[in-house]
Amino acid sequence: MLMKESSSISSKREIKAPIVREYLDQAGENLHKILKESISDFPGSEISVSIDMVTVKIDSVQLAKICEFLKYTEKFGFDYLSCITVVDYEKDQEIFEIIYHLISIRLHHKMAIKVPLPSNDPTVPSVLGVWKSADWFEREAHDLFGIKFEGRENLPPLLLYEGFEGYPGRKSYPFHDYGEW
Amino acid sequence: MQVHQQVSEYSDAIDLMVNMGPQHPSTHGVFRLVIWVDGERIVKVEPHIGYLHRGSEKICESEQYSQIVTLFDRLDYVGNLNNELAFCLAVEKLTETVVPERAEYIRVILCELNRIASHMLFYGVYGLDAGATTPMLYGFRERERVQELFESVTGARMMHNYIRIGGVKEDVPDDFDKNVLILLDHLKRGVDECDRLLSQNEMFLARTKGVGIITGEDALDYGVTGPALRASGVIEDVRVTDPYSIYSRFDFGIPVGSNGDCWDRYYVRVEEMRESIKIVEQAISDIPDGDISAKVRRIIRPPVGEVFVRTESPRGDLGVFLVSDGSDKPYRVKVRPPSFANLQALEYMLKDTYIADAVLVLGSIDIIMGEVDR
Amino acid sequence: MNMPEIVGLFFKASLLLFFILMVVLILTLAERKALARIQQRKGPNRVGFKGILQPFADALKLLTKEDILPASANKQIFWVAPLAVFLPGFLIWVTIPLAKEVVLANLDMGLFYITAISVLSVMGLLMAGWGSANKWAMIGGLRAAGQLISYEIPFIMAILAIGILAQSFNLKEIVDDQARWPFAIKQPLGLFIFLTAGLAELGRTPFDIHHAESEVVGGPFVEYSGAHWSVFYLAEYMNTFTIAVLTVLLFLGGWQSPVLPFSGTVQTVASLSWFLIKTALVIWVIFWIRGTYPRLRIDQLMSFGWKILVPASFINIFLTASVLYYALPHWVITVVSLGFLGATFYFIKKGSLAGNKQDTVTIINSSDIRAQLSNKAEV
Repeated sequence: MLMKESSSISSKREIKAPIVREYLDQAGENLHKILKESISDFPGSEISVSIDMVTVKIDSVQLAKICEFLKYTEKFGFDYLSCITVVDYEKDQEIFEIIYHLISIRLHHKMAIKVPLPSNDPTVPSVLGVWKSADWFEREAHDLFGIKFEGRENLPPLLLYEGFEGYPGRKSYPFHDYGEW
Repeated sequence: MQVHQQVSEYSDAIDLMVNMGPQHPSTHGVFRLVIWVDGERIVKVEPHIGYLHRGSEKICESEQYSQIVTLFDRLDYVGNLNNELAFCLAVEKLTETVVPERAEYIRVILCELNRIASHMLFYGVYGLDAGATTPMLYGFRERERVQELFESVTGARMMHNYIRIGGVKEDVPDDFDKNVLILLDHLKRGVDECDRLLSQNEMFLARTKGVGIITGEDALDYGVTGPALRASGVIEDVRVTDPYSIYSRFDFGIPVGSNGDCWDRYYVRVEEMRESIKIVEQAISDIPDGDISAKVRRIIRPPVGEVFVRTESPRGDLGVFLVSDGSDKPYRVKVRPPSFANLQALEYMLKDTYIADAVLVLGSIDIIMGEVDR
Repeated sequence: MNMPEIVGLFFKASLLLFFILMVVLILTLAERKALARIQQRKGPNRVGFKGILQPFADALKLLTKEDILPASANKQIFWVAPLAVFLPGFLIWVTIPLAKEVVLANLDMGLFYITAISVLSVMGLLMAGWGSANKWAMIGGLRAAGQLISYEIPFIMAILAIGILAQSFNLKEIVDDQARWPFAIKQPLGLFIFLTAGLAELGRTPFDIHHAESEVVGGPFVEYSGAHWSVFYLAEYMNTFTIAVLTVLLFLGGWQSPVLPFSGTVQTVASLSWFLIKTALVIWVIFWIRGTYPRLRIDQLMSFGWKILVPASFINIFLTASVLYYALPHWVITVVSLGFLGATFYFIKKGSLAGNKQDTVTIINSSDIRAQLSNKAEV
């Protein structure tokens, strides 16, 4: 395994298609297999593999259903929500992408769920009912990116102070020249 | 801010709102806890964080990869080397860099010593929370010894900036092996002494046993990881179940509690110190010669893709999610801080406890605000 | 009372106040040095030779600090509270004998006077807590009031048992009675109760939750600064000295010593120094306890006082009284007390959670888990 050099890089930030390298271990292979079988229940979903993580892309309407399915089904058993991340692809693809990283402590496998949201109205159902650890992660996503979560009450900002205007996590928020003082 | 008015079940008195404000001797950093009490019993708890939010993740998007290591140092400012390791692992996974053996061994030794130093700080501060002033001094004495070794290796006591992408920054000094062995001797005696001082003390037991209980399932549901989860009976340690670096070569034990109360969380950490000493002993006896870093370009441009890496920091499951777009600066860096998720469970743990227990429960989760707020 | 007597009394009282202040200053330095040694460091050693002038530097700093009055505090109560805490503690010293002839006014009801006056300082703490207009201060003040009032009972009962044993409340007679055996040997249970209740009265570790730094940030004293806070500080150390002196007088034989061949003034000086040495030993034990133990929570503190100390003190009185009534030899008290103490400790140890020490945390070997994982992967 040698280090790969990234050759054709443009100085501007273009989002290219990711180079697919799959290094799944045994547990990952098993998970990929059983996911492929069950994923047909959820229309509009795609499975892919990104380095060593099985990824499922799904739209926001089905999110709550698939989360419950993944948590309570025996062979998946994803009882631990590790992280909720928001990536801002607003400029090129006009979406925000929410990524949920799930880990199963019992069965020792992990996966990720990606949900693309339209950037003019990013709304997604909350998974607070499924995993309680989603609470503060969702609040942080709301503070920093402006994602609206259905099904949970609007709470005061977690990381920012009350009355803060703008969403500092987004790429559109200026990095250097915002006049605060 | 909402005002909580609740009728107590005995009379029509309202609950008293007490503010453990951002400046308080035992909130472990700038953290505000608003507590509604009925006499001495806690009725409702509302944590307020964000006082230390520095926008680290956004800063990462405008810095080159090798510059980001210093930012990660300052997230969990007590377990610095573990944070650096997490980020470097993420980039190495993305670029498929092979780290030479010697560098791996040095990384493991330093990270485990850092774990011991972090747990010593927890021990000292926890004793102080309980009211004993002496454990603080004993714990910090051991921690100073470890930091002396770090200073001889990395040049700094705290913000090391030593673990780099591809290996480590420079080779260890010639007397490193000897110093580590002497240090381990001191640490073994130090951990035993600290254990004898506080763990079986009647009053300490009375204050921590049965306080702030959280069951294993609830802990997992809240996303609690690390020693706090292991104290509730769940056997989960990223170094063993999802190994990274060369941890699969070492033989060590995982302390697991059964009650999930404050004492278990405390004692799991004390035992973890002993296990870390074992790991360092095994590593220092096997350390090979060789390079200390892979050949990495100065300006790293990883291929397009995303990667998620989990490591076991002294506080729990530290995750780094990295999205790269092929340029020399990352597109998105997200840190999954263990203290952030552990702190969510504070509300659950403080149900039906006294106000004097709030301090002890908060101390037992062992949070670092730099990591919670980023 | 004619003029010279009043002037003489006034002079003696000022001498006593001066003596107390000197002792308190020495005690502050002694505590810092003792704690430092336990914590493996040196303590203050810059000001003066090995830190001797440190208390004067502290006093100067405190006196020149700004006295802050919170805006919504009740001015009169706020200012009077330190005095209300200090005065009762000082009034006790009127009747405490330091050596054979060194006492301000030897009252026949000495013990009774001491217990009656010392309770008044609780009111001062409540005034401090209420007058500060601060929730933490109020919580701390209420906790302090509850704690001090509860621990008055075993405190007074232990003193009462001594009074029964010595058949007098006069402090000098009590000390003279200990010419052969100090009362500590006759009443070990009484000594234990007195010291523990005394520590709780002082508000010292392990009973210092009402002004704990890490909990209520100073409790009733949080809003005080400068000269007013120094009065509280003074009162605490003066009370520490009082409790130590009372322990020595009532239990450890006062100024009695095995052999004192001197007479006259030399004997007074020798007995005074012997007395101060014994007091210093008791104070060292108090500091030692502070350096080692964590603190108890308020409800555990109260349950310890009411459930363990109060019954023990009643048993102590009952035992002493019955031994004296039936004219039994005094070592019966010793034997039964020691038996009772042993039983108490045994039950505390058994009933407490120290029994199941390490049973809750087990260590699982990583190789087991790895074997488990590889088995699962193969399946």
